[in-house]
Amino acid sequence: MLSRDQVLHVARLARLELTDEEIERFGSELSNVLDYIETIEQLGDLGDIPPTSHVVEVENVLRADEPRPSLPVEQALASAPEAALGGFRVPSPGAG
Amino acid sequence: MSDLLELTAAQAAARVRAGELDPADLWHGYRERAAADDLNAFTWVSDRDEPEAIDGDAPLGGVPIGVKDLFCTAGIPSQAGSRILEGFRPPYTATAVERLTAAGAPVLGKTNQDEFAMGSSTENSAYGPTLNPWDRTRVPGGSSGGSAAAVAAGSVPWSIGTDTGGSIRQPAALCGIVGLKPTYGAISRYGMIAFASSLDQAGPFTRDTTDAALLLAAMAGKDPCDSTSLGLPEPVRLPEATDLKGVRLGVPEELTGEGIEPGVLEAFRATLDLARELGATVETTHLPHAPQGLAAYYLIAPAECSSNLARYDGVRYGHRADAPDLLTMYTRTREEGFGAEVKRRVMLGTYALSSGYYDAYYGRAQKVRTLIARDFDYSWERFDFIVSPTAPGVAFELGAKTADPLAMYLNDFCTVPMSLAGIPAISIPNGLADGLPVGFQIAGPAFSENRILDAAHALEQAIGFDGSAGRA
Repeated sequence: MLSRDQVLHVARLARLELTDEEIERFGSELSNVLDYIETIEQLGDLGDIPPTSHVVEVENVLRADEPRPSLPVEQALASAPEAALGGFRVPSPGAG
Repeated sequence: MSDLLELTAAQAAARVRAGELDPADLWHGYRERAAADDLNAFTWVSDRDEPEAIDGDAPLGGVPIGVKDLFCTAGIPSQAGSRILEGFRPPYTATAVERLTAAGAPVLGKTNQDEFAMGSSTENSAYGPTLNPWDRTRVPGGSSGGSAAAVAAGSVPWSIGTDTGGSIRQPAALCGIVGLKPTYGAISRYGMIAFASSLDQAGPFTRDTTDAALLLAAMAGKDPCDSTSLGLPEPVRLPEATDLKGVRLGVPEELTGEGIEPGVLEAFRATLDLARELGATVETTHLPHAPQGLAAYYLIAPAECSSNLARYDGVRYGHRADAPDLLTMYTRTREEGFGAEVKRRVMLGTYALSSGYYDAYYGRAQKVRTLIARDFDYSWERFDFIVSPTAPGVAFELGAKTADPLAMYLNDFCTVPMSLAGIPAISIPNGLADGLPVGFQIAGPAFSENRILDAAHALEQAIGFDGSAGRA
């Protein structure tokens, strides 16, 4: 069972503010899921098995470094909750 | 219109190319159907009175299409089922959609989905659940439930969705239509709002395998905007096979035993009998690590999603919460904007990647992924295809599994192993159980789409599934 402190720690890492109800609920739900996930322990030692992060053999893709037009500033800012001076405006990091 | 409605997309496109059908009639008829949708299958329907003009030889013949909401479409709402993207209109269009439009399939509507494709019932949409046209008290499956329900109901001739662990195949099965998950990399992911990038793959929902081949042919291709895209090594052929002579089918015990509803197993065995009559050999086999697939998937997919969804911070687009300082703005925006399942998976993924747990969870899951891919590799030495039921049960009632995340996750039991291995798999309707559609899954080696479509076509002809009840 995940403790309240563990849930809060993970929520902090994930930048999620949780209500008290959610802290309780996620603690118990995530514990159930993690219990199920423990079935991967049944396979024993997997020391020699290489991990697969991606099924495709990904190769580095290179191209000539030539300037090309990019998204116009006004389009890039069109969906912004708040824009100012050609940039995204956010609350001050220190105001709290 | 009722006659037009009964045409498959390929039949309609052929009539358009022969000059016998005006694509505008298709557009008007289907737009009326989509606008009258009472399943909540659509989140947006085009208000254009006339479709965009198409080239007379366009392979998709002006036959309109439904697009899962998570594909970015320039100037058209693309909300991925999430409150955090409410009203978001992207500045560009996903490559898959660009290719469809260029091939002559205009976008008729955007379809409902589980939030960020996380779910197996479409109940996790911030815009309300989609209903199953076969029984409106039941779910259409998910996460691409809107795309599946819209095609099954005849509100659109065909549609596209995405499959991360079964999100095309399972809703196709639950709605009685065809759903194809191509090989990872066959279709560009550029402009698909990301869930788990090493697993996400676009694919078609159609009434039959011929329509699926047409959409695959239009969408597949390497894309400079997605460096993991590969395209397909050979052109997609329209399937023509009518028998299965010499085809070797492997039936893995791990996906056909415990946990599968009796009615689903009965339909599965009946289809195996048909396959034998068509000339196939059917043998029991094993995917020894498949039982651990779901556990590995529910570590890998949440881990990738916790990273992908970090971008929703209230800065550049989407919802922003009022807050006195930056950090509170981030956390409160995400609290308000994300639904419960998305929070659950972000938390699970963050936990699996966090210091002290990484090796035991994420690292180990990646090793299990290797073992599952090897299970399939060994299978191809003896079999052409691995077959199983697509989903363990028929469409369930709305609300039946929302309180138990694990019960919901078990819907993906038969589809997740192929996703982890990156291989293609199709679901075709193979009968009814308790009056509801059941799906038959055919998986093959990477890039075997043409052979899978042929085998599926032969079975489809023999099964003769009647989907008209869904369109009633």
